[in-house]
Amino acid sequence: MTDHSQAMSALLKRRHASEARFQWGGRIAIFVALGFLALMMASIGVKSIGALTQTYVALNIDLRSTNIPKDKIASTRFDPIIKRALRATFPVVKKREEKRRLYGLVSSDASYELKRQLLADPGLLDGTAKIWFIASDDVDLYIKSGGIDAKWVGGKLTAGQIGWIKTLQDSGNIERRFNWQFFTSGDSREPELAGILSALVGSALSLAVCFVLSFPVGVLAAIYLEEFAPRNRWTAFLEVNINNLAAVPSIVFGLLGLAIFLNIFGLPRSSPLVGGMVLSLMTLPTIIIAARASLRAVPPSVREAALGIGASPIQATFHHVAPLALPGILTGSIIGMARALGDTAPLLMIGMVAFIVDVPSSILEPATALPVQIFLWADSPERAFLQKTSAAIMVLLFFLIIMNLAAIVLRKKFEQRF
Amino acid sequence: MTALAPTHDKASQAKLRHPAPETDGEAALVSARNVDVYYGDKQALIDISLDVPPNQVTSLIGPSGCGKTTFLRCLNRMNDLIDICRVEGDIHIAGQDIYAPSVDVVALRAQVGMVFQKPNPFPKSIFENVAYGPRIHGLNRSKDELQGIVENSLQRAGLWDEVSDRLNQPATGLSGGQQQRLCIARAIAVKPKIILMDEPCSALDPIATARIEELIDELRQNFTIIIVTHSMQQAARVSQQTAFFHMGVLVEHGATEQLFTTPHDERTESYITGRIG
Repeated sequence: MTDHSQAMSALLKRRHASEARFQWGGRIAIFVALGFLALMMASIGVKSIGALTQTYVALNIDLRSTNIPKDKIASTRFDPIIKRALRATFPVVKKREEKRRLYGLVSSDASYELKRQLLADPGLLDGTAKIWFIASDDVDLYIKSGGIDAKWVGGKLTAGQIGWIKTLQDSGNIERRFNWQFFTSGDSREPELAGILSALVGSALSLAVCFVLSFPVGVLAAIYLEEFAPRNRWTAFLEVNINNLAAVPSIVFGLLGLAIFLNIFGLPRSSPLVGGMVLSLMTLPTIIIAARASLRAVPPSVREAALGIGASPIQATFHHVAPLALPGILTGSIIGMARALGDTAPLLMIGMVAFIVDVPSSILEPATALPVQIFLWADSPERAFLQKTSAAIMVLLFFLIIMNLAAIVLRKKFEQRF
Repeated sequence: MTALAPTHDKASQAKLRHPAPETDGEAALVSARNVDVYYGDKQALIDISLDVPPNQVTSLIGPSGCGKTTFLRCLNRMNDLIDICRVEGDIHIAGQDIYAPSVDVVALRAQVGMVFQKPNPFPKSIFENVAYGPRIHGLNRSKDELQGIVENSLQRAGLWDEVSDRLNQPATGLSGGQQQRLCIARAIAVKPKIILMDEPCSALDPIATARIEELIDELRQNFTIIIVTHSMQQAARVSQQTAFFHMGVLVEHGATEQLFTTPHDERTESYITGRIG
C-alpha cells in the first residue's frame, strides 16, 4: 500500500509540474503575440499622428488692388495673386530661383482656396484679407519635426526657405490645425491635399456589393448542402472543392475577375461593382464553410422536434435551425467580409489601383479601396506620404475592429440557449 | 381527386383521419406486417408484425439495441431522416399505408406526434412552443383560437397551472419534467391520433416521472399512445398492451398483465425476471 501511494505521489508531482509548464508556455505565447501586436499598432500609430494635423500658412492679401470684378471671380486665375502676396510678405526676395522657392511654401491648392473663399464671401474683395492656406508638404514636415534645421538644410528645404518659415512662425502666421482635409477629400499627387475619402467610399461600395452577393448565396448554399442535399460522392466532391476555394490565393480570384467580369462580361474597369464581385468570390467559400459549421452545431433534437410535430423540412430549417445557427453564420460572414476589406491583390488585377481623385458616387464609377490606397501611398516618393500611409492603415484597422466588434455584438444579441 | 393524386391532396389526409373500415377488418389503429428495417447492411428489425389497438397505451420493452426505438420511429417515418435506413414491409395507420408513395410525411407526422427521450423544447417562449404546431398546420383561424388551443394543450399536459403566468418566458428555463410535459403539450396541440413516446422519462427524476405517467394515463382517453421504455415497472404501470423486443425480433406481445404474469416465451420470462437485459 505504502509503495503504491509513494509511486503515485511522485507521479502526481510530475503531472502537476507538466500542467504548470504547459500553462506557463501558453501565457508566454499569448504575451509574445500581444507584444508584437502592440509593437505594430504603436509604430503605425505614432507615425500616423502627424497626419492628423495639417500646417496652415496665413497670407495678408491686398484684394482691393487686384480690381477683380465681383461677378468675375469664378473665371479669374488666382495664382498670380498668391504669388504677389508671398512676394509682398518677403520683399527682399528678388532672384527668380529664390522666388520659385518662396512660392513653394504654400500648397498648389492655395489659388483654389482663395477662389473658394471669395466665392463664399465676395465682400473680401473690398479690402485686405488675412487668409489661411494649406502649407506645402515640405513646410508641413518641417513644422511637425519641430524645426530640426540640420536635417532639412540641404534636404528639400533650403536655408532661405527655413528662414522664411521662421519669420512666418514668429509673426503667428503658421498654425497646425486638425486635418479635416484628410477625411473629406480624395487622393492627390500633392501629399498635403491627399485624403482617404474616395478610398473609403470605394471600399464601402465594394463591400456592399460583396455582401449583397455573397451573403445570400453563401447562406443558401450552406443550408442546402447541410440540410437538404443527399450525402453522396458529388456533395463530398463539392465540399472538398469549397474548402479548396477558401485556400486559393486572392490574386487568383483577381485574375479570374479580370478574365471573366472585365474581358467577357465587359463590366466597367476599376469599379466597385467588379471589385465587390471579385471579393465575393473570395468571401463565398468562407461564408459557406462558416455557415455549414454553425448549422452542423445545431443539435439534431431541434430538427427532430420540429419535424416530429409535422413541420416540413423547409419550415424546420428556416423556423428553427437557421435562427439558431444565425450568430455563427453572421460571425463567419463578418470575418469573411473583414478579410475582403483588407484584401488588395484581387483589386489590383481589376484596375482598382488607378489614381482616383473623385469620390465615387455609384458602384459603376472608377474607385479605389483602402488597402490599395495604402499600397499606392506607401509606393510614393514624397516623404509626406509616409504619414498618410500610416494614417490610412489606422483608418483601415479602425474599420476592421469595428467589423469584428459588430460580429461579437451580433453573436451576443442572437445567441440563444438550447 | 383520386387517392393517387399528389401528396398534398385532401383525399390522402382524409383517409388518415377516417379509417377505411374495409382494410384488414380489424380494430387495430396501427398495424405493422412483416416489417424489416436495415441500417446499411445491418438488419435492425426482423419481420415485425404488431397491431396496436386505439385508445390504449402500448409499451415496447426490451434490452438496449433491441430495435424498439427503431420500430417506434418507423411509425411516423422519422427514420426517413437517416440516409442509410431502409424500411420494408407494410405499416398501416388507420387503414392507410404510411409508406405508400402518395403519403405526405408532413401530414402523417401531424397525425402521429412524437415525444423524445430528451426534452427538446424549441429555444423560444413557452407559448411559441405550443403554438408552433397549430400555426404551421393552420388549425386556428384567429389569435384567440390559438390562445385557446395553447391553453387547452397545456392544461391537458398538466402544465397550465405552473406556467400560465409566464407563457412568454423561454421554455428552456423550465425544469426537465416541465420541459417534457411542454413537449407533450406541443405534441397534443396538433391534435394527433397517435402519440409516440421514446423513453420520455429516462432523463427525469422519480417525481417528474410519476407526473408524466399520470398524464399518459389521462391522455389515453383521447389518444393512442405507444411508449418505448426501459423500465418494466413503468410498462406495467402505464400500459395495457406490451410488446417485448429482443435482438430485432418481436418476441411476444399481448395484454400487459398477461405478458408480465404468464409470459409464453422463455426470453420474455428471462427479461422480466432480470436474467437478461
